[in-house]
Amino acid sequence: MKLSALQQSYLGRRSNSFRSSGPLDSSSDGAFKSPAAVFWLVLHGLSCLISLLLGFRFSRLVFLLLSTSSTYTSPFHSPTELAKTLDIRSVIPADPVGNVPLPFPNKTATNSRVVVGRHGIRIRPWPHPNPVEVMKAHRIIERVQTEQRLQFGVKDPRKIIVVTPTYVRTFQSLHLTGVMHSLMLVPYDLVWIVVEAGGVSNETASLIAKSGLRIIHVGFSQRMPNSWDERHKLETKMRLRGLRIVREKILDGIVIFADDSNMHSMELFDEIQNAKWFGAVSVGILANSANIDETVVEKRGEEENPRMPVQGPACNVSNMLAGWHTFNTLPFAGKSAVYIDDRATVLPRKLEWSGFVLNSRLLWKDGDKPEWMKDIDTLDGDIESPLDLVKDPSVVEPLGSCGRRVLLWWLRVEARADSKFPPRWIIDPPLEVTVPSKRTPWPDTPPELPSHKKPVIGIQEPIIKHTTKTRTSRSKRRSKRKHDETRTDRRTTGFDKTLQN
Amino acid sequence: MPVSSSPPPILDSSLCRLLFLGSRDSSTMRKCLWLWGLLFIALGFAWSITAERNPRTERISGSAGDVLEDDPVGRLKVYVYELPSKYNKKILQKDPRCLSHMFAAEIFMHRFLLSSPVRTLNPEEADWFYTPIYATCDLTPTGLPLPFKSPRMVRSAIQLISSSWPYWNRTEGADHFFVVPHDFGACFHYQEEKAIERGILPSLRRATLVQTFGQRNHVCLNEGSITIPPYAPPQKMQARQIPPDTPRSIFVYFRGLFYDVNNDPEGGYYARGARAAVWENFKSNPLFDISTEHPTTYYEDMQRAIFCLCPLGWAPWSPRLVEAVVFGCIPVIIADDIVLPFADAIPWEEIGVFVAEEDVPKLDKILTSIPPHVILRKQRLLANPSMKRAMLFPQPTLPGDAFHQILNGLARKLPHPKSVYLKPGEKILNWTAGPITDLKPW
Repeated sequence: MKLSALQQSYLGRRSNSFRSSGPLDSSSDGAFKSPAAVFWLVLHGLSCLISLLLGFRFSRLVFLLLSTSSTYTSPFHSPTELAKTLDIRSVIPADPVGNVPLPFPNKTATNSRVVVGRHGIRIRPWPHPNPVEVMKAHRIIERVQTEQRLQFGVKDPRKIIVVTPTYVRTFQSLHLTGVMHSLMLVPYDLVWIVVEAGGVSNETASLIAKSGLRIIHVGFSQRMPNSWDERHKLETKMRLRGLRIVREKILDGIVIFADDSNMHSMELFDEIQNAKWFGAVSVGILANSANIDETVVEKRGEEENPRMPVQGPACNVSNMLAGWHTFNTLPFAGKSAVYIDDRATVLPRKLEWSGFVLNSRLLWKDGDKPEWMKDIDTLDGDIESPLDLVKDPSVVEPLGSCGRRVLLWWLRVEARADSKFPPRWIIDPPLEVTVPSKRTPWPDTPPELPSHKKPVIGIQEPIIKHTTKTRTSRSKRRSKRKHDETRTDRRTTGFDKTLQN
Repeated sequence: MPVSSSPPPILDSSLCRLLFLGSRDSSTMRKCLWLWGLLFIALGFAWSITAERNPRTERISGSAGDVLEDDPVGRLKVYVYELPSKYNKKILQKDPRCLSHMFAAEIFMHRFLLSSPVRTLNPEEADWFYTPIYATCDLTPTGLPLPFKSPRMVRSAIQLISSSWPYWNRTEGADHFFVVPHDFGACFHYQEEKAIERGILPSLRRATLVQTFGQRNHVCLNEGSITIPPYAPPQKMQARQIPPDTPRSIFVYFRGLFYDVNNDPEGGYYARGARAAVWENFKSNPLFDISTEHPTTYYEDMQRAIFCLCPLGWAPWSPRLVEAVVFGCIPVIIADDIVLPFADAIPWEEIGVFVAEEDVPKLDKILTSIPPHVILRKQRLLANPSMKRAMLFPQPTLPGDAFHQILNGLARKLPHPKSVYLKPGEKILNWTAGPITDLKPW
């Protein structure tokens, strides 16, 4: 009787989660009226208090001691064993397999290894990821994804020919690394044609050599001018130069224009495989993100979410090309950037080159290509938009579910034309003298910490600018140092007055 | 047709094409036979080449042979007893939630049999007899079934059929089958110790039980029971398919409890400590996407995972297995001695990964040491549409679905051995065994 009551109370704790009310239906008779019920309540409370003291469930111990004969397996056979199993969670056992109470064979089943009851929680001595296993798992994931691509992806993928105009400047490393990493992730064959204004430079060459891609690096004799208009024109010429290379080398594939400050999604490279001759994708224009012009923000204040302007093909109801979405320059009239380091918004052209892809066979001298394609040798570089390459703009194929999916984003952010940056972004030899600021959260450190760079808050120039403290060691570095210092001092007024000492 | 050798002298006798009966000359007849032979070989070659180019799926054949696509119609006849509606319809009317929880198989099986071609209205020619009782439909407010009245209900139903029809007493139920999808089958209790103590309901000990619970050498699994998958709503799963070219980037996926804080806060009791071991060993491992959250993208995430853990809980089975199979995620089954659904028709060893509960700390090593070609083969087997169909209970029924697999299983047990037929006056079952509370009329 007592046994079953304890069992009932234990089971009751479990079944309370199942239903809100009612005693167990299987309880034989409601014979436990007031005195016995009160007694058990008191006993229960007492065992709760003792459990709080001891740290484990005391009632179980009592339960165990009382259940001398049971029709099913008793899960533990000694109180010490009980204590051991309860401690397993807090103690990491020395051997990999935790302390498990010896399972008794189940009396009512035949030769079952599996036992009902409390088991130990097995924790291995070092429950953290093993780098070898992680690498193996990544290889498995790669293999599975390759198989998926073979089965469901593009059948017979064509080579992708990427044409990128670039030139050496402060943010070149930032932008070009982004494009380079995107291209390194492309699962198809790739050729990267990098056209550099001002001639081939070691800076660019060393940067792109890290990619491991097949690269054709050519120089363009002109230097990049300082105004955006001129820059766009020169970039067009550089792209045509890239297309001429495609023609010379008779490269076969799909030509895509990846400007070095654009952001590409991986789906873009899957989608352009669908282009037959001349395709167009939608480009998201992030013109406003770079510089927040207050007046523009006010105007947009009424809108909930100002929508990102998108350039690209526009389709009618039957999914045929009906026109083009272009960038609306009216709100920015007179307020757009003219020179490359202006703080005003940089506007895109009416139709950006990066939104168009073409089959490289269109550029070949001979071979069967549609007659609507103009010969690029006849063009002289003064083309306004990529649609000038074709005689009839209606032949362009809209990609990305008819232009509804934005697959790449356009943004132009540049540093000042005369901004300095260390060659190849390597500071060599490392900085030697640093002075801790008085208001940093970490405790004062001794001054001779080697190559300890301090971040600068609120300055958009490259980080090298603030280290004018190191007057002594860096005197040989640059010629314009004095000029830099005065500029930096102006800018660090907001940072910390004590640094000026 | 890539026929490489085309002997010129034959081609000009185009009469040969008309079944080589054009000429009596034995030499040209022989040449015609050679031509036909080459043609057939070439066709076979071409067919095999095109077949290999699309190795997305693979045929499944279990220990009973290639039986997943068998058609049970014509191989057996089932008679459905007409029980008063208090055993089935009225219960369902009281609580329609029974149609969507994981024990809904009993209700859908009844509906399927009523309109199936295997049903016969003449009990004399029936091979199997079905008793439609919805024993798992007494639900708590939170939706969990209470099994306390089920033994009495089943017992009273059996008393009814044994008194109204002679077929029960003929064999004491050996050619009858019952669908008991509850936690521990016909032991009718949710707690394992209690279920073992009760054992299978005495009146059901000779009948064939169609249940979700399966564990070797366990009291609640009778020899000859048919294990079925738990019910999972097919429409919900079909509605959440993602494009198949979405790359599978999650290595191991699991969503569910590790510690049942209401009933077993210290751990070690729930799931025999296996789920807690998974958590403790792999919570900091980026390859294991495991948590107790209930995300809305659960089905979509499963389709982006390579392995899905299916550990035991309070009972060894769970709907996770069905979900993993439908979404193409390789199930990692952590439940010692479990018997999986339709184990004789589906070779689970080749499809899923079985990990012993004591090997849970080494789970990452076990999974990464599976060679990639084995993983790809498992994915191909899972992609087989007949595999996915066999796990589901669709309405309306489709060929090869779980209902048909149950009937196939019953058909494979035919013909009944002569020994099941009792001699007149012989009694094997003890009608008064079991706890006294079970004997109360219902």
